[in-house]
Amino acid sequence: MTPFPLPLADLLGKWGAYAVYLLIGFSFGYVLEIAGFGNSKKLAAQFYFKDQTVLKVMFTAIVVAMVFIFLTAGLGLLDYNLVWVNPTYLWPGIVGGLIMGFGFIIGGFCPGTSLVAAATLKLDGIFFALGTLFGIFLFGETVGSFEEFWHSSYLGRFTIPEWLGLPTGVVVLLVVFMALFMFWGAEKLEHVFGGVDQRRSPKWRYGAAGALVLVAAGVLLVGQPATADRWANMAPEKEALLAERAVQIHPGELLALLHDRQLKVILLDVRSEADYNQFHLQDAVRLPVTDVLAQVPAFHFEPANAVFIVMSNDEAAATEAWKLLVAESVPNVYILEGGVNNWLATFADADFQAAYATSGSGDDQLRYTFAAALGDRYPAAAPNPAKFTLEYVPKVQLELKRAPTSGGCG
Amino acid sequence: MTTYTPTETDVQPTAVRIRRVARDYVNPYFAGILLGLVLFLAFFFTGNGLGASGGLNRILVFFEDLIAPGHIDRVSYLLEMAGGDRNPLDSWVVYVTIGTVLGGFVAGWRNGRVKLETNRGPHVPVRVRWLMAFLGGTLMGYGARLARGCTSGQALSGGAVLSVGSWAFMFAVFGGGYALAYFLRKFWN
Repeated sequence: MTPFPLPLADLLGKWGAYAVYLLIGFSFGYVLEIAGFGNSKKLAAQFYFKDQTVLKVMFTAIVVAMVFIFLTAGLGLLDYNLVWVNPTYLWPGIVGGLIMGFGFIIGGFCPGTSLVAAATLKLDGIFFALGTLFGIFLFGETVGSFEEFWHSSYLGRFTIPEWLGLPTGVVVLLVVFMALFMFWGAEKLEHVFGGVDQRRSPKWRYGAAGALVLVAAGVLLVGQPATADRWANMAPEKEALLAERAVQIHPGELLALLHDRQLKVILLDVRSEADYNQFHLQDAVRLPVTDVLAQVPAFHFEPANAVFIVMSNDEAAATEAWKLLVAESVPNVYILEGGVNNWLATFADADFQAAYATSGSGDDQLRYTFAAALGDRYPAAAPNPAKFTLEYVPKVQLELKRAPTSGGCG
Repeated sequence: MTTYTPTETDVQPTAVRIRRVARDYVNPYFAGILLGLVLFLAFFFTGNGLGASGGLNRILVFFEDLIAPGHIDRVSYLLEMAGGDRNPLDSWVVYVTIGTVLGGFVAGWRNGRVKLETNRGPHVPVRVRWLMAFLGGTLMGYGARLARGCTSGQALSGGAVLSVGSWAFMFAVFGGGYALAYFLRKFWN
């Protein structure tokens, strides 16, 4: 399987990758122009029901791209987890959208189309593009006064299938039907308000609509890979890493990582609440294995220097959590070797060992009996790296972040 | 129906013509299919969709940084893009934006639509149209940053990957346009 997304910068170099983006932009601008989006009168006509080109082009593009994205994701060619899905900030999005709607009808363009209009020397497009720059400038100067609103109603990576609680394939099919219904309505409006004779519209559009429904039905049939399917696809390769112990890191390495200021180390403690309350590493977050998948979208928003360390008392539960995270394409996930037990054996002093250590069975149970649930208020929860000299083989290698951290708007 | 025929008002006396007669625009469904394929390929190869306002934003910040670097370093929103020795142009979206301009020009040139003119309603003076275009652009630019994306980056790209926020945004854009359209009917018709 080819890696997704393509590591363009590795394959083609930085400028080669930018050339690909230039080509994508070129195709984008070309299609906008031939669709008539460089002409403000044609764009504004959308809002007077006479010419529904804007709606037709936009929704056709959305549904065509959508069916292919989810078809290839279903076939395992594209990893939906690594696709940039605009995070939802509900109210800033709606208010911004309304302002843009006003701008659209007042100015006759949107930012992308004004670039195409300006490129074809439409003076109104040039004035609009200048206005856009001025608006962006104003935003940069004023956002400080309403930063709280701008970051409000944040729902993260929130998709329609999650919102409706429906399988992705069903949503894809519903969106296709909704788009076809809108096209039908748009053609009626053009007939009534614009006097357009739809009998003269090309007949192939019925065939195209049929093909679209068929592909969408295919998406439904193929389905989207569940975590178990994703793991099954990569199991041979990843099981080998576990067997070679390439991803189980020594407590000493973890301590060094925690004091590496270039990294953001995220400690995930998958043990029971009771064990966690007895003792946990400083800054460790308790995340039961059953809750791991719910956090995956948030983990994908972490910066490129994030390293995830999962830990249980020994390794069994941590390994389960590791498999889930790796299956969901979370980068840079490691297991604490020997778990919390080994951590305590390494960093707790002799008094501590004498007071609390018990002989354990090694079945992922805590091998210490604490007198009180003091959590991270033991010295061993945050050992001083200067006091320990440990020999270990470093295993953490930062994987180049594959999931985009910002979309086309950042 | 879907073809657009230029009317008298489209032709300004100052028109610089490269092709004598402008070709008709293509069928909107055909254009939509092409645009959908471009969008899909962008996602398929890069994991990212399309964008326009992000590129404009970074180009603007680049010039701001040239003029007032100290100011950039004091505003956290600008700092992310151009703080210290960061180059705001070092981002894929800038190249998409440059490509969009080039692609638009080539398409217009091949079809005889590169022409110095102002598209406007039949009863609107040119200068008023320019002013309104600037005003509309200002609102668009401001709204696009507030909504974290424009029609391309949010509506098209986010819509295709089924982001809830992008769909809410898209309906808000159409809602805003339709809400104000009635009051501007004399301006466009």
